Amino acid sequence: MSYFYLWYGWFKGGILAIPGRVIALCFFVCLFSAPLITQDPYHLRIITLATIFALFAASWDVLAGFTGQLNLGHALFFGVASYTAGLLNTHLDMSPWLTIPCGAVAAVLVGLIAGIPALRLRGFYLGLVTLSFPLILSGLLFVFPEFTGGELGISGIKKLASSRIVSYYIVVVVFTISIFIMWKFTDAKSKLFRTGLVLHAIREDEITARASGIGTTKYKLLAFAISGFFAGIAGGLYVHFLRIAAPSTLELFFSFQVILWTIFGGITTVYGAVAGVFILYPLLEILAITAWGDHLRFIIFALILIFTLLFMPEGVTVWVLDKLEIKCPRCKIVNVFTRKKCRGCRAVLHQEEA
Amino acid sequence: MFVNILVNGLVAGGVYAVLAVGFSLIFGVAGILNMAHTAFYMITAFFILYATTALSIPLPVALLGAIIIATLLGILSYKLLFDRIKQHQTAVMIISVALAMLFQEILLLIFGGHYRGVPPFATGFIDILGSRISYQHIFAIFTSALILLGLWMLLSKTRLGNAIRAVAQDRAIANLMGINVNRIFTIVMAISVSLAGLAGAVVAPIYMVGPLMWIQPLTIILAAVVLGGLGSIGGCVAGALILGYTETIVTFLVPGGGFLRGAVSLSIMVLVLLIKPEGLFGVVFEEERL
Repeated sequence: MSYFYLWYGWFKGGILAIPGRVIALCFFVCLFSAPLITQDPYHLRIITLATIFALFAASWDVLAGFTGQLNLGHALFFGVASYTAGLLNTHLDMSPWLTIPCGAVAAVLVGLIAGIPALRLRGFYLGLVTLSFPLILSGLLFVFPEFTGGELGISGIKKLASSRIVSYYIVVVVFTISIFIMWKFTDAKSKLFRTGLVLHAIREDEITARASGIGTTKYKLLAFAISGFFAGIAGGLYVHFLRIAAPSTLELFFSFQVILWTIFGGITTVYGAVAGVFILYPLLEILAITAWGDHLRFIIFALILIFTLLFMPEGVTVWVLDKLEIKCPRCKIVNVFTRKKCRGCRAVLHQEEA
Repeated sequence: MFVNILVNGLVAGGVYAVLAVGFSLIFGVAGILNMAHTAFYMITAFFILYATTALSIPLPVALLGAIIIATLLGILSYKLLFDRIKQHQTAVMIISVALAMLFQEILLLIFGGHYRGVPPFATGFIDILGSRISYQHIFAIFTSALILLGLWMLLSKTRLGNAIRAVAQDRAIANLMGINVNRIFTIVMAISVSLAGLAGAVVAPIYMVGPLMWIQPLTIILAAVVLGGLGSIGGCVAGALILGYTETIVTFLVPGGGFLRGAVSLSIMVLVLLIKPEGLFGVVFEEERL
């Protein structure tokens, strides 16, 4: 019984008192119970794809948002992993349980290779070098069509699992674990890893970080590897879900899409990337099934994007949380916006009203 | 063959140079990464297409009108969108991507997805060493050269040019010296977009006009700007010429070159940056060095 109270106390203080975490909890509960509400293959397909893309966007956020390495060619990791998984599956007949990790490892290797120029370049230069990698690779794909399938890509890849519901749960569980790892990995206040703090330091001022005795080279490569790994897992899941590895995963727009989602949701917050995908991706799909949406959907999508960013340039989640949460000026604990006094130290929260 | 490569490379390089200089100008002065830059180039080409084929407006009027409309659109998008969230650089970039997407989709809706040709301004061709070179190509080369020369004169010889360079160097100090920084930003945006418009007008009859024509030059000018070194107009032109020639040589001489031309240009950029991280003619600031 006392354990129950301990857990309940943790739950109440650690989750229920903080609006952002309540929203996150509701989101995961909805994600896991979605097949109980709808079994419609179309709905499940949209949610599964959104989950995969959310993983992909979050991995970009780790690299670009937290570490400050502006990667404009994140599709490289996704594309390499999807082609690796696809080729291994069709040629060597390996099961998805092996091909997805292999794809992720391939993405990590490519991430390390892509990380080497990153050690010498920064900002816009780095962005452009990384932007060119997927385009170079897709040029090569078209030159060797008998191996890579050329424009058509690789088809006939095995399904993730025999049943639709099982593949849904595989994707969702992998997503949840990965998001949790990325959240802990980048958390500056974490007591387990030092990495979060180091990555923030590298973003804010690399020279100072180096002067403080941090091996920035090692940590930057680590960020590239981690980001590439999770992007690779997303790529592998995608390929086994859609059962085709297509050159569109290396396109310029595919790289931009990730940035679009993440900045719309809020950069340097793993949850922002997830929120961005879960708002924008289904939106595009809903627009597509309306009567006039077939022609106008990208126009509406672009207008929504432009107007949202005009009013919330730091991202939707940052804007919403800013309205919902108040940080106590004295003890820095997060409070619900309805509170008059801090739940930790009873300090008055609204100075102007007091 | 040799003459063909020479002329086509010069056309491609010249057009990329005009585009890259405009892109680099607005980035260097106002810090705006305008991914919609080549979308303005596309819009101009489409206006010329529409005006000359559907409305049958005389060509000089159509050219001028198209460039003016594109420039006005550029100023409008700067005033309404970029100016408001200038301090969030990534948000500005995303808005410009969304803007380019918007233009692309509107044009797709009106004109459909297929590629069309615009009738040439200058018909006929001359024979140089056995290769047929159309007057349109020669016209494009000379116009690009004139535009670049004019821009160089503007930036280095006039009061406005001085003001623009001052703002690019240090915004706060320029402001203190009595330069209206916001006005300079607007003027630079207008110059940058009108350069894109001019480039669009020059190539409309040479390349095909379609709603996806903005993507390929965008990657090349991004590469050219970095290859030459940010903040250097001469570097931009050199980078654009190198990439233009690379593209042409690969297309002419390598089998399957149509697919590879982008890849080879980008690989050259990556190699140069690995050896010389600030680009060919880039300026290294002390604090930027690592």
